[in-house]
Amino acid sequence: MLYDVLIIGGGIVGCAIARELTRYRLRVALCEKEREVGFGTTKANSGIIHGGHHAAPGTLKGRLEWAGNQRWDRLAAELGFGFRRVGELTVARAEAEFPTLDKLLHHATVKRIPGVERWEAERIRREEPALSPTVLAAVYAPTTGVVNPYEACYGLAESAVRNGLDLLTGFPVERLHQEDGLWVVLTPTVVLQARFVINAAGLDADRVAASALAGNFDIRPRKGEEYLLDKRLQGLVKRVIFPCPTAVSKGILVIPTFDGTIMVGPTAEEAGDRTDLTTSTPGARAVFDAVRDLVPGISEKDVIAQFAGLRAVATGEDFIIGPTSRRGFINAAGIQSPGLTAAPAIAELVVDVLRDEGLTLVERDDFMPALPRPVHFAALSTMEQIALSLRDPRYRRIVCRCEYVTEGEVLDAIARGAATLDGIKFRTRAGMGRCQGGFCTVRCMELLARSRGMDMASVTKRGRGSWLVYERNGGTLRSSDSAPEDEQERMGGEA
Amino acid sequence: MITAAPRHLRASYDVVIVGGGPAGLEAAVAARDNGAAHVLVVDRDQEAGGILLQCIHSGFGLHRFGEELTGPEYAQRVVASTLEHDIDVIADAYVLDIDERRRVKLMTTQAGVSLVEARAVVLAMGARERTRAAIRIPGTRPAGIFTAGLAQRLVNLYGLLPGRRAVILGSGDIGLIMARRLTLEGIEVAGVFEIMPYANGLNRNIVQCLHDFDIPLHLSTTVVEIRGQNRVEGVTVAPLDETLQPRLDRAWDIPCDTLLVSIGLIPENELSQQMRLRFDSATRGPVVSSAMECSRDGIFACGNVVHIHDLVDFVSAEAMVAGRSAGQYVAGTLPRPDNVQLQPGANVAYCVPHTISTEREHTVYLRARKPLDACTLQLTEPDGTPVYARKLRYVFPAEMVNLKLRPAILQNFHGSILRVNIVERATEGE
Repeated sequence: MLYDVLIIGGGIVGCAIARELTRYRLRVALCEKEREVGFGTTKANSGIIHGGHHAAPGTLKGRLEWAGNQRWDRLAAELGFGFRRVGELTVARAEAEFPTLDKLLHHATVKRIPGVERWEAERIRREEPALSPTVLAAVYAPTTGVVNPYEACYGLAESAVRNGLDLLTGFPVERLHQEDGLWVVLTPTVVLQARFVINAAGLDADRVAASALAGNFDIRPRKGEEYLLDKRLQGLVKRVIFPCPTAVSKGILVIPTFDGTIMVGPTAEEAGDRTDLTTSTPGARAVFDAVRDLVPGISEKDVIAQFAGLRAVATGEDFIIGPTSRRGFINAAGIQSPGLTAAPAIAELVVDVLRDEGLTLVERDDFMPALPRPVHFAALSTMEQIALSLRDPRYRRIVCRCEYVTEGEVLDAIARGAATLDGIKFRTRAGMGRCQGGFCTVRCMELLARSRGMDMASVTKRGRGSWLVYERNGGTLRSSDSAPEDEQERMGGEA
Repeated sequence: MITAAPRHLRASYDVVIVGGGPAGLEAAVAARDNGAAHVLVVDRDQEAGGILLQCIHSGFGLHRFGEELTGPEYAQRVVASTLEHDIDVIADAYVLDIDERRRVKLMTTQAGVSLVEARAVVLAMGARERTRAAIRIPGTRPAGIFTAGLAQRLVNLYGLLPGRRAVILGSGDIGLIMARRLTLEGIEVAGVFEIMPYANGLNRNIVQCLHDFDIPLHLSTTVVEIRGQNRVEGVTVAPLDETLQPRLDRAWDIPCDTLLVSIGLIPENELSQQMRLRFDSATRGPVVSSAMECSRDGIFACGNVVHIHDLVDFVSAEAMVAGRSAGQYVAGTLPRPDNVQLQPGANVAYCVPHTISTEREHTVYLRARKPLDACTLQLTEPDGTPVYARKLRYVFPAEMVNLKLRPAILQNFHGSILRVNIVERATEGE
């Protein structure tokens, strides 16, 4: 199959690019090495749509942060994922930090971001009483929002597939080269050809670029540990709370996530390697020491889950987006914070680059921007719940007790692409609550096995060797190189 | 298993019971026996019986039935009793909420979401397991980390094995039972690791599940790191110093593909929290009177939702009180309110119920904070004036202490607060 554009990497950036490209009459494919999209850096993202005033105006990051920010209301409305502009406060706890506040205010003025203002202590106390009394002043930005990053990624991917994207998950790109003006991309099981290749490979973007003989940067993974707190603390802070940022990081934040739980983190440390997703005792200590200074009511005792993500930091710290020395090979690399915020703008920029590079773009008149909104049973009113459950028997059974997720929501998630337990969890929250899957794991495994016609032993946590169980009689242990049919999937390409 | 699934749900019940484990089923029978004509038990699993159904080992029922039963046998007896009592038991159903007027928002596979009126409610949702995150074990997040109860469910009800070589963290009873269970299934158990200097499970389980199978128990030792990208590849364990900090210089690695976590149970009180009941931070369950009534009128609770029990037999006993009270509440025959508050004192983590009456006989369940040999259970006035004392051979946090309180014991006590202490015999000043 010859594609006009092949995207390598199914994180938020790759998926946003894919969806943007399906607006045009093109044959587009996306290759993702993991079993599902969004399983790399995206799933561990803090889920903040940054206010637009953090990155300096002169950088690519600074431009795309604000441009991206303004796209999220519409994206959320079209794709049906949760997004809320909760606002943020960047707080100063010493007069020495006031120049940082001034800088943020200056960024906002230059970029014309509305509503960004300085708050003094009294107002801060009134609006966010849980904040430490040591906070002297803050910059408030109403433009900051929260989102579930994986939901956004799934929405983009699903929309793209409905509009004709050929989505290949579980297809790691091994190498690529040019042949007669076309790119030949090798995966372990298929060979793909494309006129243009977009490198959105995240942590592996430098390796993909090197393989294309276009490598002129390195990716240094920078790890961030995050700690999710019990929903008992729901409402403790209303806005995202930032300390004054340092050179390498925006600092340890207190984030009221879209789902209402509070998340604290992330740390920022050079990771040993690109697979180092470990959480650590020093990491936890760093997070909670910092958070106690911001919001004294938060403690380690409230942690219900912990995880780490790796930011793909490129040489020079800025985004690397654009054509390369190799014709048809285009980078969308080094997408660290505010990469999630910027992703929709990155996608538009990449389309511009493709046009400049000679790709003919003809808009389709049959592009379907909207996705059916997934049911979120727990959020419905009692009357709506009664009506839905009478209409559809799939909404008559609770699968996840902590988050009140119904069987219908899990089945819907599977129908829309969830192929693993993590895929179900990220789409429905089943297993994300207090008991962390103690009760619903088996039910989700059963539903997944039944819907996809596989046995329970073939169900994985997140693909690739993350097997869960084996059968008592004659069952064989799964390992990373077995059962390829369950580890790969090809979706779409019809439209 | 036969259950009494009703053909049609009534629009209103005298007593609605949330949870069809031993607590809910025993409470249902007691409610019927004490004046409730229409009783509904709602269970979230495919069939009533609760966690007992996956506890296929024996050791249940010595107190309740005077013989040793397996979990499913115990469950079957209680289920059979509900059948004889003409009680509606609806399985595969869920109580989503209960409002101030005791309207129960119920989800059933037959009728979807509906509202059912209840004159009284008994909460019997049981408990859930503490997870890895509760103790923040550093490391990766691979597949192969299971709570012991989830592993038990997979093995005993689904015939699915969780791995080939396991490490068990925590010496709670489920962890000990699973150490034996996995061994019997041919899974190697590399060891059980307990952070405390003493085991957290019943002694009989240490002997029958670990010693009899040569499974090492490492006290004052914990898992300090989990390794493995996709599936668990190993854990690092380390002994702890006196301040419970791991001695990383003495840590060692254990290759394994499975980590079972058995670090305790937490009362499952999502619903009770929605109902804004008063809670005890020590039990993490609702505050209850001697009638097992919560801080809201007509709402009763029993079993692990109130506090974690060591034996199901005691759950049954407590449930009979809660069910009886619910029946009496409906019939208008609930005895006079309690007049004495119990206050946990020296080496007592909690007492249940939280209040008692000097006019009636009660069983008070309590747990010691730390183990003691020969000691005394004392009841005193808040100023320390002794009211009652009973010698105990030992106390152990894993074993509940049952205190029978008869009116005669308290005939000379006229206060409103009784403090409960467990003190070493030597410090008594005899």
